[in-house]
Amino acid sequence: MGKYILSRLLLAIPTVLAVLTLVFFVVRVIPGDPATAALGDYASQEAVEALREKMGLNEPLIVQYFNFLGDLVRGDLGASMITGKEISDLVKQVLPYTLELTITSIFIGTILGVPLGIYTARHVNTGVDYVGRVVSLAGLSVPAFYLGILIMLLLAHKIPIFPAVGGGNLKDFKSNIMHLVLPALTLGLIMTASVTRLTRSAMLNVLKDDYVRTARAKGLSERVVVLRHALRAALVPIVSIIGIWAASLVADSVLTETVFARPGLGKMLVSAIMQRDYTLLQSVMVIYALFVVGINLITDIAYSFVDPRITH
Amino acid sequence: MEDRLDSKLDVVIEEELTERLDAPAIRIRSQRKRLFQTFVRNRPAILGVFLLVLVLVMAIFADDWFIAIFQGREPQPLLAPYDPLEQDTVNRLAPPSREHWMGLDSYGRDTLSRIIYGSRVSLLVGLLSVLIGGVSGALMGLTGGFLGGKVENVIMRVADILMAFPSLIMGLMVLAVLGGGLFNMILAIGIVLSPTFARVAHSSTLGVKENEYVEAARSIGAGNWRIARVHILPNIISEVVVLASIWIASAIRVEANLSFIGLGVSPPTPAWGSMIRDGTKYLFQAPWVSFFPGLAILITVLAFNLLGDGLRDILDPKLQN
Repeated sequence: MGKYILSRLLLAIPTVLAVLTLVFFVVRVIPGDPATAALGDYASQEAVEALREKMGLNEPLIVQYFNFLGDLVRGDLGASMITGKEISDLVKQVLPYTLELTITSIFIGTILGVPLGIYTARHVNTGVDYVGRVVSLAGLSVPAFYLGILIMLLLAHKIPIFPAVGGGNLKDFKSNIMHLVLPALTLGLIMTASVTRLTRSAMLNVLKDDYVRTARAKGLSERVVVLRHALRAALVPIVSIIGIWAASLVADSVLTETVFARPGLGKMLVSAIMQRDYTLLQSVMVIYALFVVGINLITDIAYSFVDPRITH
Repeated sequence: MEDRLDSKLDVVIEEELTERLDAPAIRIRSQRKRLFQTFVRNRPAILGVFLLVLVLVMAIFADDWFIAIFQGREPQPLLAPYDPLEQDTVNRLAPPSREHWMGLDSYGRDTLSRIIYGSRVSLLVGLLSVLIGGVSGALMGLTGGFLGGKVENVIMRVADILMAFPSLIMGLMVLAVLGGGLFNMILAIGIVLSPTFARVAHSSTLGVKENEYVEAARSIGAGNWRIARVHILPNIISEVVVLASIWIASAIRVEANLSFIGLGVSPPTPAWGSMIRDGTKYLFQAPWVSFFPGLAILITVLAFNLLGDGLRDILDPKLQN
């Protein structure tokens, strides 16, 4: 097991490097000169040249690339081109919001999706199953921001229980949770749709296997048959869809954070693009990429617990 | 007696011959018929087709461009009750009424007309970006799977890296480079989708190229290009097409997301995502401005998903429950 985890960790290194390289070059091919963008069109030639020098833009590309990697290793994300603030400080301010949103959504999606999937698989081709299928397909079709708007209209306007916008105060538990409910529900419900669908088909695949019949024939209770024998075998695809969703929820937070005017990584990314803040854009992209690689790593390791055969 | 035997033998031979000659044709015909029947019996898929036709009709007949082209004039609204850009500023944000079924937006423009015109952007982006992503991805996957070796390694590793980013983040990244607007968005979504197609085409190519007919073709001197085109492409195309209909759904959703963020088609051209974005400023005051365009996105994406599910059931009976 330890060996497997170590090999996954080592395998993640080239992926991280490749992704970082991609981000570096993408930001470099964005048209327009970052120094001019930072100073505005009317800046003097000397000022632009001075800033280019200061930002290291006059170095050869390969030197810039290694400087970029070196800074990252030291945890130095540089300063925002537009506001001049330290990016690592900005990230530290908003990261908790995105993290709590993503984790709560994954929790909601799993805790609702897996049981619903098992239930519909056990009652296949009944009314419940049919309704479940339609609803989950609708859940896969609805854009996150639209569901967010609908939920906001219902639970912040028609029945005003929760605040509509903002992220709340991180230090005040109640305000934080109240502001978290609606965005987390939005993303969680979308994930539920997908997890339900996949759990259902994974369970259906497994439930007709011989060993499930054997388990039933032994006289085991239905509960043990479904939860211990069938679910265990269906768990690998379920873990992988949860992993895929975890990565995609990090991205969808861009939308919910926009709808609910919540501080977060997604909102920072959008404003970096809109304001052409190249240094901020580069850093946020790097953080997103690391997130995704990390989630994939965790998923891989989770596989080995779910199905020990994978480690061999 | 002999005559009768002979004629009987003739009949048997004839029957056998026709069976041999026509058998594949008959089998193909009956197989197609069976597939068609499976599809027709799949009620959700038929619902999907019905909804799609509805959206297509909306997009095509929003105005009378097909007549206007010949008469050399500006197209007039046909299905849409009003011009989507016409402003009735006195009644801005008016609620749904008999004159304006879905109300007016913040500039006093008819929401229903803008939804009908907006279907054009969604369909255009959905279809074209999947075409770009599908063709380029399938070609990459086919080339990689077929040639193997270094080419395969490079192509598939690039696809892996591109897939390391969630599609929305990747789309934002490409748009940051290209800048916003309709055609850049189509290109961006196409680039985002291509690695998925590359993967599917790659794995099906690996399966197909081991077949004897590929070896046979090679032994009679067929070149790589011919084998890929004649023997491999037709065999992987069905999987790519099924994937396409599901990814059109996805592409339309990504388009809506990007338009909602504000990177889509430039105003005042109506697009569903940007209509919702405009409406959020007056959400509690005039919810209809955002509500109806969202419903349009939901229905269109659902239609493509239903169709894709139906097609997949047909082509992969194992997945049928």
